[in-house]
Amino acid sequence: MSSHASKNIDNATLWGGKGSPFSISYGKLMMWFFLVSDALTFGGLLIAYGFIRHKYTAEWPIAEDVFHSVPFFEGHFPLIYVALMTFILIISSVTMVLAVEAGHRMDKKGVIKWMAATVVGGLIFLGSQAWEWSHFIHGDAGYLITQTGEKVTFETHGHHYHDNAELYKGADLVLSDGTVVTGERKLTLIENSLKHVQGANLKENQYGPQLFANLFFFITGFHGFHVASGVVINLIVFIQVLRGTYDKRGHFEIVEKAGLYWHFVDLVWVFVFTFFYLV
Amino acid sequence: MVRDDIIEYSVDAHHSEAEGAKIRKKIYFVTFLLSFITILEVAVGIAFGRGSVDGLTWSIIKWSYIVLTLIKAGYIVLVFMHLGDERKLTRYCVLLPYALFISYLIFICLNESTYINGVLTLFGSR
Repeated sequence: MSSHASKNIDNATLWGGKGSPFSISYGKLMMWFFLVSDALTFGGLLIAYGFIRHKYTAEWPIAEDVFHSVPFFEGHFPLIYVALMTFILIISSVTMVLAVEAGHRMDKKGVIKWMAATVVGGLIFLGSQAWEWSHFIHGDAGYLITQTGEKVTFETHGHHYHDNAELYKGADLVLSDGTVVTGERKLTLIENSLKHVQGANLKENQYGPQLFANLFFFITGFHGFHVASGVVINLIVFIQVLRGTYDKRGHFEIVEKAGLYWHFVDLVWVFVFTFFYLV
Repeated sequence: MVRDDIIEYSVDAHHSEAEGAKIRKKIYFVTFLLSFITILEVAVGIAFGRGSVDGLTWSIIKWSYIVLTLIKAGYIVLVFMHLGDERKLTRYCVLLPYALFISYLIFICLNESTYINGVLTLFGSR
């Protein structure tokens, strides 16, 4: 760490083929270059998101209206769940950096403890993301498309309906000009409607422009794929630590390399969180 | 067999218990900072959503979000990923090419999406 990297090495040693001018090992340098290319991929995706969003400035959905549910609690909690997910990922990043620190002290027990915590944190994050996706896909009341192509929304008065039969019976309809429809006319309208759009998938999206759902699936999905592979990498390193492979090698540098990747996953989430949920 | 992962700088990457305590203190400080910024961002997001404030207030909030995100990213890269402890050469090799490409990409996308937005508004195709 700071002690070795800032050590003065004379230029003849540095550039004479006797050591790396970067003063880090080949593997770590290549991990950095891989992360730069991966960061460019994510940068490209997020900038494409910004481009499309800028194009649809007016109709883009407001995140607080889309992501406001928390498992096991009914009600309106904007951003709380995703904040929790962010917090879980930050904490698992912290446990990873503590594992790296323990590795520098050759403290095998510490590395085992913190690596295990990191793997658990990653798994919790993946589970949370699965719930988030499932909720996004299933949606809530959604809207109807009538025979004239008009978009008719439901007024649920803050009520939560468990199935569509209850929803049709209990909720009122709101036409696109703001008129509230109840009673017999409402039922006819529902019966004659062409389609009931609920939740989001790659073909329809109750929350706003179709591309919002597509980008959500692609960017958070690509990030989730990185988290999943990070968990697998951490698990492999964890097992090798248990087996004592790195004790024999004399250093825990592999924990540092895996850690770089894991921190990168956290870093990407910081940006996804800002641009998808906050801005 | 010659192994290039056990050359001087790798084996040197050890520190004592005392140094470790100092490093851990820094880690806990950064943890606190990152959590604090996240809580602040979420609190502002709940209290002043994009739909509930006027344009100027929203653009102030938006830019503060972006600045806070960059601060968080900086702490993660420089402290958690230890890039701040590496040699200057390593730092520039990683950060400069990235900054160069990304700033170009941001520029071109903002430019073009503003143009497309203008065309769509002008010709009323939505």
